[in-house]
Amino acid sequence: MSPEKKRTSLLIKGGHLIDPGARIDAPMDVLLKDGRVAEVALPNKIKGGADEKFDARGLIVAPGFIDLHVHLREPGQTHKETIATGTAAAAAGGFTTVCTMPNTIPVVDSVEWIEWLRQPERGAVVNVFAIAAATRSSKGALLTDFRALQTAGAIAVTDDGKPILDDNIMREALALGGELNFPVVQHAEDTRLTENCSMHAGARSFRLGLRGMTAAAEASIVERDVQLAMHIPNARLHVAHLSTADALKSVRRGKRAKARITFEVTPHHFTLTDEDMRDYDSNYKMNPPLRSVSDREAILAALADGTVDAIATDHAPHAAHEKEMEFERAAFGITGLETALALAIIRLHREKHIPLARIVELFTAGPARCFDLRGRGSLVRGSAADVTVFDPKKKWTFDAAKSLSKSRNTPLDGWPLTGKVVATIVGGKIVYAG
Amino acid sequence: MNPARGSLLGIEHMEAAEILKLLKFARRMNPDKPRPLLKGKRVFLLFYEASTRTRSSFETAAKVMGAHTVLIQSFGSSIEKGESLLDTGYTVRAVGADIIVIRHPNAGAPYVMAQHIDVPVINAGDGLHEHPSQALLDAYTILRNKKTFKGLQIAIVGDIFHSRVARSACHLLSKFGVKIILCGPPELVPDIATTLAPGVRVTRHIEDALRGTDVVMLLRVQTERLSGLKIDLAEYIARYQMNPARLKMAKKDAMVMHPGPIIRGLELTSEIADGAQARILEEVHNGVPTRMAILARAMGRMR
Repeated sequence: MSPEKKRTSLLIKGGHLIDPGARIDAPMDVLLKDGRVAEVALPNKIKGGADEKFDARGLIVAPGFIDLHVHLREPGQTHKETIATGTAAAAAGGFTTVCTMPNTIPVVDSVEWIEWLRQPERGAVVNVFAIAAATRSSKGALLTDFRALQTAGAIAVTDDGKPILDDNIMREALALGGELNFPVVQHAEDTRLTENCSMHAGARSFRLGLRGMTAAAEASIVERDVQLAMHIPNARLHVAHLSTADALKSVRRGKRAKARITFEVTPHHFTLTDEDMRDYDSNYKMNPPLRSVSDREAILAALADGTVDAIATDHAPHAAHEKEMEFERAAFGITGLETALALAIIRLHREKHIPLARIVELFTAGPARCFDLRGRGSLVRGSAADVTVFDPKKKWTFDAAKSLSKSRNTPLDGWPLTGKVVATIVGGKIVYAG
Repeated sequence: MNPARGSLLGIEHMEAAEILKLLKFARRMNPDKPRPLLKGKRVFLLFYEASTRTRSSFETAAKVMGAHTVLIQSFGSSIEKGESLLDTGYTVRAVGADIIVIRHPNAGAPYVMAQHIDVPVINAGDGLHEHPSQALLDAYTILRNKKTFKGLQIAIVGDIFHSRVARSACHLLSKFGVKIILCGPPELVPDIATTLAPGVRVTRHIEDALRGTDVVMLLRVQTERLSGLKIDLAEYIARYQMNPARLKMAKKDAMVMHPGPIIRGLELTSEIADGAQARILEEVHNGVPTRMAILARAMGRMR
């Protein structure tokens, strides 16, 4: 699904390359040619000309960022977002590849819809990989045709928005996924415990009179899935938007046991907590909800110690009329593509002193490994010419009204941020220049 | 947008001095001696949920002060046709509402209204969150009976979790140093309730709650809001129902309060409901002067 490749070359000169997948953290020039990385070399060592040059002095050059979890809302909900607007926002956030979730109308549970998503008419400006539904219409009862979906180009399966709740269906999904080397992505929420709930269960939900989702409702599903993944041959489990300390414990145990378990965390979960919501502002409403301070600290620790595999945004656009209403009735989800890097730089790098190289890994090699995105996530010679150039020190203010997404549902409107994307290059072509 | 001046969205963020000022003004309000402080004003009562006391009390208060009232209930209005909360708000504003009084099953609905509509919004009960006018009339009733909040202890017995009355009462009484004891089973009185305000304690034992208590507030078990939770009512009655023997454990002059509706034979016996210590109907009576003060405050006429 990569946009049209032109036979051109682009030399990125004078930047500091951070490519954790290739263990590079040094001043390097990068030559892109015919949609591939042609050469990576010490400054001024690349011979011969290039059609175009990009001056990256004072900037970080990184492999193109990969977001494993976005809702582009097509087919069916184009009033919230389209592939064209969602990928434009992705490009502005430095993402060259996004994985789109199947909880659309209709649900992407067939080869036909996977193919539809790949058509050039969709207007994608970055690479879009489809994650297909794990069960038919994501109803949780009958598995979809994993083999056919994988052949058609789907890179994983999930019923995201909802959990795969039934023990046997989850077992079957992991078993079949194991045979095909196909990751099963779980939205871990025991929905039997979260009926009518709209935020995290804690002191704040009690005070606000809102029914709360307990940490246990997430942790119990993650624990079950980890147990299954540990005992089913080759099963690949990917836990989406993990948000609680208890669920993290299960994942750590599974990883220690060498089960094939990966997981992502979102910028909003490592930045905000349930205490941050004011006056029933539904821009603080998402699922999983903002958790307690101790949950956030556990996630920050896991980001620092290398346990977390990927940062994913769970970009979930909604129209104003779906959000400006009674908090309990408002839609779950916030946008996140354009603010992810800055939140990582502020919270992880500046406050927690996590090295930039680790942060770049969480946006590149880490997510590429989760879903086997070969040729992406690193700039070794021959890989896709997807590059993100950013200024980690640039201060700016996020103005939601100027977002390239179709929607404005974010708690970060007006936030002073540090760290900004300067250029996003997909297939050797600059698709965003900040 | 900030809520319009004069809005009453909750007790939590209200200053103690502001509460006292309102209660003092309420003492001067006499429903039998009309004062046309709201002459020509339009008070819209938006009731998305059933109500007897609160609605009739606000309506009476508004009319006594010379306002026109318009009642809009979810049944029989455009709300039934799917009109959103805000669109209903914009509509009543366009019709000419000067004050919006709103009762809603969802916590925070009055906040959403107040952030978008430029007239004072009065919360007449929002989901499990707050019921500020009830807390104010209860404070008024306590002061009439006990003269001061100083040194008082209150036991609130029953379904705290589902009670907006309890939340508002805790916020209000805590601001005046009242000792607050919440009593009931863990399903209805979670331990986290102690984080609500300073001076709030939780106990599972009715004797513990009543010992030395000046005010006993009883709450109905809101079976309609249990949401899958199972409560053994027989056991609840055995452990927590207020009856004459139990009331004797409280101070001799303890007063019994209940925001209503009461369910005789469940959270209290008829002897208690009709007994000499009950102030349940006095609370209802005090609702009118209290809400007169709330409406006067909304229009900046509380002087």
